Amino acid sequence: MRILEGEGVTKYFGGLSAVADVDFTVEEGEVLGLIGPNGAGKTTLFNLISAALVPKPGIIKFKGQNITGMKPYKICRLGIARTFQTVKIFANMPVSNNVLVGSRFGASQRMSPAEADKTTAELLEFVGLSNVSNIPAKDLTLANQKRLEVARALATKPELLLLDELMAGLNQTEVTQAMELLKQIRGEGITVIMIEHVMKAIMNVCDRIIVLHHGQKIAEGTPQEIATSKTVIEVYLGEQTHA
Amino acid sequence: MDISGINTKKFITPGIIVLVLALLFALPLYVNLYTVVLITSILMYVVLTVSWTIFSGSTGYLSLAPAAFFGIGIYTSAILGGQMPIIIVVILGGLISFCVAALVGSLTLRLKGIYFAMFTLGLVELIKHSLLWYEIKFTGTRGRFVILIDNETIYLIMLGIFVVLLITAYLIKRSKYGLALQSIGEQEEAAAHSGVNVTLLKVVTFGISAFFMGAAGAIMATRWTYIDPMIAFNVFFSFMPVLMAIFGGMGQLYGPILGATAFAYLEELLLTKFPYYYMLIFGIIMVVAILYLPQGISGLIQKLWRRMPGGKSANT
Amino acid sequence: MFVTILDVLIAGLLLGGLYALIAMGLSLQYGVAKVMNVSHGEFIMLGGLTTWSLYTVFGINPLIGIIVCGPIAFLLGYGLHRTLYKKIGLSSETTGIFESNSMLASFGLIFIIQNIAFKLWGPEYRGYSYLAFPVDIGGALFGANRLVTLGFSVAIGIAFYIFLARTRMGKAIRAAASDSPTAGLMGVNINQVLAICFGFGAAMAGIAGVLISVSYPVNAAMGLEYTIIAIIVVALGGLGSIPGSFIGGFILGVIGSIVTYFEPGLALAAYYVIFVVLLLVRPKGIMGK
Repeated sequence: MRILEGEGVTKYFGGLSAVADVDFTVEEGEVLGLIGPNGAGKTTLFNLISAALVPKPGIIKFKGQNITGMKPYKICRLGIARTFQTVKIFANMPVSNNVLVGSRFGASQRMSPAEADKTTAELLEFVGLSNVSNIPAKDLTLANQKRLEVARALATKPELLLLDELMAGLNQTEVTQAMELLKQIRGEGITVIMIEHVMKAIMNVCDRIIVLHHGQKIAEGTPQEIATSKTVIEVYLGEQTHA
Repeated sequence: MDISGINTKKFITPGIIVLVLALLFALPLYVNLYTVVLITSILMYVVLTVSWTIFSGSTGYLSLAPAAFFGIGIYTSAILGGQMPIIIVVILGGLISFCVAALVGSLTLRLKGIYFAMFTLGLVELIKHSLLWYEIKFTGTRGRFVILIDNETIYLIMLGIFVVLLITAYLIKRSKYGLALQSIGEQEEAAAHSGVNVTLLKVVTFGISAFFMGAAGAIMATRWTYIDPMIAFNVFFSFMPVLMAIFGGMGQLYGPILGATAFAYLEELLLTKFPYYYMLIFGIIMVVAILYLPQGISGLIQKLWRRMPGGKSANT
Repeated sequence: MFVTILDVLIAGLLLGGLYALIAMGLSLQYGVAKVMNVSHGEFIMLGGLTTWSLYTVFGINPLIGIIVCGPIAFLLGYGLHRTLYKKIGLSSETTGIFESNSMLASFGLIFIIQNIAFKLWGPEYRGYSYLAFPVDIGGALFGANRLVTLGFSVAIGIAFYIFLARTRMGKAIRAAASDSPTAGLMGVNINQVLAICFGFGAAMAGIAGVLISVSYPVNAAMGLEYTIIAIIVVALGGLGSIPGSFIGGFILGVIGSIVTYFEPGLALAAYYVIFVVLLLVRPKGIMGK
């Protein structure tokens, strides 16, 4: 089933097109990679999907339903969750409350306080933050803050998860741990779209990859196809981050 | 774990509260009239400050509108005062303020913070001038006389507003609603993407905070025998709650209460000793507070509380 | 009929000239120095009341008053920025925090300044008569004082525009306006430039106060209304655009004149309607970036 579709998705900032006429489809359960040089429009595309921005023109459909122009909170409750490139945790709130916000407000079915607490505890366990659940989120390491964001996103019981540069700023060990986490998320049946510069992660985890450049889709295919694509290599010459 | 510490903590706080409330309600019986009037003023400022903090303290949107809602309450009282029981007038003053706040909020809360602040600042002037125009054009008179109510009744109603406000603030803070408000203040975009209906919450909370300001205005109106738009809508009543909240510290509930009590008392003092300079002095205090006291006095008390056995601490 | 329209239009320009001046002043303070100075109107008030005193007590011509009040207001503003706002800037971690803190501090200033004014001049309206004879333009009569006001507002606006465009300090100001940190790196003494901008903004307010007093009575409580109008004009013209504030002032002045013709006393309400519509439809303003 096509869980997400975009038709002619475009967004202009001033005279510049950040995203230009991009068509895409995402199959349920797959892990889709979104790569491209800096400024290619990847985060903008995420913003368009999560309704932080409205495509103009263009249409986005989630499970066949047109979600273009809906408010972010509605989209979250429909089943799309995301993390942010610059980690946007609730800094002065305890770690557990960060996740609690997601579980109490973001799920499509209202959760009772007890269920929300349970979900929160389980997710903290899942990402490995159980033992720091009471400290203010700002006191976490960057890697842990990213995990917290993932936990909060998962607390909304999404069917589709958008991860924006999960690996940025992480060291080798942390990257490997994050990849493990990704595989577990995928194991839960959640569809994932991930923006990444860390190629090791993209090549290892993704089923398919879309490449953006100057706001346009220039290539699409399996990791193997992308790795050997002349177009992509040209665009990426010297810009790749080897993990 | 120190069980005795926990038990003591658990019963001290509610016990103290009940005792203090009982004392407060019985106040007119054992204290002279001047003190009743003074404490009414203090309660008024506490209500303005706490309701301001409920919205601005949690969401981070600086509202300069308290004077506007307070003034709406005053005018409601002036217009409807003799025609129905004062309690109804008070509630109506609150409701009208709620509606105006909801309208203003839905228009401006989607914008940058500074636009919202400026819009609310101008609201006082706008309503003042519009009412002046209305009075000149339609009623031919300027201002109105307010019906007289005895000071004890004023006090009791104000106390009632205060109690309801505290209960409301406490319930908000403890509920998922309060959690959402906090998340909006921390990171509004992330809150929205986590399922919080940010706009609705902001507007409703702004409205609730305005309700109490309007109710307070409606009952206090009876203190002035004659009011006109210039008297009722005075930007000083936007200034003082903000100053009190800053001084008391905006994070906790008792911070604004402390700040408001201290400053209301100070105002009373200044009005008797330096009646022509109190605006100046408060202005200076504000400037000094901005320069030297970003956390307010309340920050100090938080640290003391943490030292008590059984006290909750984020860092163990 | 045509005369009436001309009447209203020119009255609008007269008002607009004042609004343009006030708004340019605030635009300098907020757009460049990033201080939302809500006590702006109080400087206007001081300019007006000081002129009244100078004229009624010492017989000094109000137009000379411009030469007196302008520089004094400049020094006041400059001094304020170098002491108060600079210190706030140092203790504020982000621009957002600086904006709220400096705005709150200037909120406190309102009461300090107003209190002093009430002590010096009392609460009554103070007016005087200067150049109050009518001048005939195309069949309509206008007070000479108002025409003088318009002339001065436009002259100052143009002079300032040339200053910004042609002089070295003007260039520094424009650099600071678009990107303070970089301008600092390029060798611009940022603290100095921001303080000068703030001072200029205060000077414009003071001068506007002088001009207002020539045509209208003034009192110690008049400030806030002008501050609000300045804010609306700045928003209308576009935050950070001084030419925008200039044009926006005239637009609002004409609208105010039209509304006053039909319903005197509702001008401020009309401005607010425009404010709301603006914020909903084009928050950037006419010339905003």
